[in-house]
Amino acid sequence: MASFTLRVNGEGRTVQVEPDTPLLYVLRNDLELNGPKFGCGLAQCGACTVLVDGKPVRSCVATVASVATARITTIEGLGSAERLHPLQRAFIEEQACQCGYCGNGMVMAAKALLDRTPRPSERDVKAALNGHLCRCASHNRIVRAVRRAATELSS
Amino acid sequence: MSPSRREFLATGALVVGFTLAPRAALGQPATLPGSLNGNRRLDAWLRIDPSGTVTIFTGKIELGQGIGTALSQIAADELDVDLKRIDVVHGDTARTPNEGMTAGSLSVEQSGTALRLACAEARHILMTAAAAKLGVQVADLRIDDGTITAPSGARTAYWELSADAHLDGDATAKITPKPASEHRVVGQSVRRRDIPRKFTGGAAYVQDIRLPGMVFGRVVRPPSPGAELVDVDEARVRSLPGVLAVVRDGSFLAVAAAREEQAIRARDALKQSARWKETASLPPSGDELYRDLMARSVPAQTVAEKTAPTAAEPAKRLEALYTRPYQAHASMGPSCAVAQWQDGQLTVWTHSQGVFPLRGELAKAFGMEPTSIRCIHAEGAGCYGHNGADDVALDAALLARATGGRPVKLQWMRDDEFMWEPYGSAMVMKLAGALDAQGNVVAWSHELWSHPHSTRPGSSPGVNLLAARHLATPAPAVPPADVPQPAGGSDRNAIPLYDFGAVKVVKHYVADAPLRTSALRTLGGYANVFALESFVDELAAAAGADPVEFRLRHLRDARARAVIEAAAQRAGWTARVRGDGGRGRGIGFARYKNLACYCAVVADVSVDRASGRVGVTRAIAAVDAGQIVNPDGVINQIEGGIIQSTSWTLKESVRFDRTRVTTRSWGDYPILRFDEVPDVDVVLLNRPDERFLGVGEGAQGPAAAAIANAIAQATGRRLRALPFTPERVKQALA
Repeated sequence: MASFTLRVNGEGRTVQVEPDTPLLYVLRNDLELNGPKFGCGLAQCGACTVLVDGKPVRSCVATVASVATARITTIEGLGSAERLHPLQRAFIEEQACQCGYCGNGMVMAAKALLDRTPRPSERDVKAALNGHLCRCASHNRIVRAVRRAATELSS
Repeated sequence: MSPSRREFLATGALVVGFTLAPRAALGQPATLPGSLNGNRRLDAWLRIDPSGTVTIFTGKIELGQGIGTALSQIAADELDVDLKRIDVVHGDTARTPNEGMTAGSLSVEQSGTALRLACAEARHILMTAAAAKLGVQVADLRIDDGTITAPSGARTAYWELSADAHLDGDATAKITPKPASEHRVVGQSVRRRDIPRKFTGGAAYVQDIRLPGMVFGRVVRPPSPGAELVDVDEARVRSLPGVLAVVRDGSFLAVAAAREEQAIRARDALKQSARWKETASLPPSGDELYRDLMARSVPAQTVAEKTAPTAAEPAKRLEALYTRPYQAHASMGPSCAVAQWQDGQLTVWTHSQGVFPLRGELAKAFGMEPTSIRCIHAEGAGCYGHNGADDVALDAALLARATGGRPVKLQWMRDDEFMWEPYGSAMVMKLAGALDAQGNVVAWSHELWSHPHSTRPGSSPGVNLLAARHLATPAPAVPPADVPQPAGGSDRNAIPLYDFGAVKVVKHYVADAPLRTSALRTLGGYANVFALESFVDELAAAAGADPVEFRLRHLRDARARAVIEAAAQRAGWTARVRGDGGRGRGIGFARYKNLACYCAVVADVSVDRASGRVGVTRAIAAVDAGQIVNPDGVINQIEGGIIQSTSWTLKESVRFDRTRVTTRSWGDYPILRFDEVPDVDVVLLNRPDERFLGVGEGAQGPAAAAIANAIAQATGRRLRALPFTPERVKQALA
């Protein structure tokens, strides 16, 4: 076991884990963050996505050691139920899910997209989310939610 | 205690102290509507708390379909209270009515009907108590958000009356619920109560449960369905960091560790050291699969037969064979459960669709009384039917026997889910029909071959949970009988609603399944509607008729006609337009189960003749679900149903060789992605004075047929084997 002080959602959090532990289990089990989800453990579905230095990363395959000095942002770091981030508000307003299990990854990938492309076209949104799977088939609502948030953020 | 633990237990502490009374012992009680019939006590359904909240209890569980929100809308209107006051408790064997499975698009029909009647009766009892207290007639009282006012201005409220107004009697269902004209929240697109926590990192799923002392489990499944464990180095794995227990019982193998990644590493180590004896127990693949299924010698059962003595002589006969492969639920989140043993009592937190049937199955597996087991529902990822949810509950319970009272959270890995979930059965549908000289259908036959579509807990004797068949003393399930008509299982939606003269529907139900199969959204309905509605178009083409006109010509049910007309109108359907080789449009229709919602879908496709790729660019649906409780909820279900069905129809089939399932990851089982998703437009035909009709499975069959018919219209070639992969399309166009 090694000690890591991770920078998660603006706070320093110290954990004792093996260096090759996937970040996902540290976030979910040590830091008790529910946002990132275990979907495949293979970087195929996107449910575990977090931002590492602003870039979307699949936390199920990123080791703790690889993010030891980085800024890590989870969906909890965007906003809370009381103080929603515009993306969270837009996903709720568009009722952009059924089960919502993929929703974390959708929101986090959308955050990275809007940070670099503040007014994305529908095609831009679909391209940015194409590596994220949704089984309930809420795709169209998700695209609308991202574009709604973009409008709010850039107005 | 962690916040999430508190959140999960908070509602548990709030409401205590009702028992579910057995059916009245004296005489035969009158049959009551919906789930009220099996759960008669009013306080089984709702409780008024002195603090000013109303708690409603439902045996139906939330799985992202928004049932909690819809039920709260129904209760709010009947009780005249604000939605904000209503808490909903779902599926808990210690606290809620037993409503069996949350399946078959029946939750609003069964639970909604029961709650509507229970709340209407509770309101009547409360208003009567208020009238007595205030010394006026009930008719003179006004009520607003649970506060009741007399003409004099004197007031009381539900929360002050709960001591005088007894809700502990049996429901009579004699108090008439409000007419649709008095509904304020029913019929509104109220936002779902489960969504905010899902986008803010709230504790929303069984995966988010954290209990004191909880450890992590993983299961090590055999490499193939027929495999038996010969040898495994348990001692070495027990010495790995964090490992607390290795459980080996026959061919069941599982491990618990202090940390999740340690459990995963221990699973990998067990996998590497285990030696298995495998047998080639699986059927052939490709076209052989269907020949093999049709060759099983099972009796042909006539499902429906109608003679038409006055029908005209057939002038033209057609026959076609359609196939559907094994398809997976493929939930985004692998199945998960938390289990804990304390003093001989077992508690399981589960995303099962039926906590009571699961409890019954666990009781059989452990040889215990059901009363010693509590199953509490917590949401999982969308399941779309019977996935691994129940199986993982037994896995977790078996492993938790070895952790000394510490709770175990066990989640399947992605390959566990793909290899071991029960699939939607492969099916063959052989359609035959005859046209008279005027191009009307005068004879119709639908013959199908299928494995079971429900092997859920409680569906047959034995133990319908995966690990039970792997134990040293196995308790395998007995193959179940087919789900009977009128809903049907393998034959769901095989009986046409059209007037087709002499009709015969026959099924070959092959109960013994080499690959485990069970309920995947619609059961046999998806494949049967695909075949039936494709064949309607084939006959229409043979008759030189427009598909919409041809359907309407053979259909008398006004509500069925209305959805077809509405979808065609919204799509701007033009009769007798030929496809241009690359683009086409098709229609499909069904009334789900011939009992639930009516749905017609028009699909527009583009076919890339060079690559064989089919794109569904747009889909338009019209739906009649009777009275609509939550319009956006209905739209969400229909949209999702169409897009999921597009994925099934264009892409999906489970792969296997003669020994092993080879579908292990999303790489082996591609599903529709954002750049492939059609635009979807849903037209709702609300009928506020009609009873609720379930919608969760209404669109899948019609969407598949609409796509097939659109491809045929575009290219002149008929695809009859699902899924419509580029290879198949190229073959058809060659």
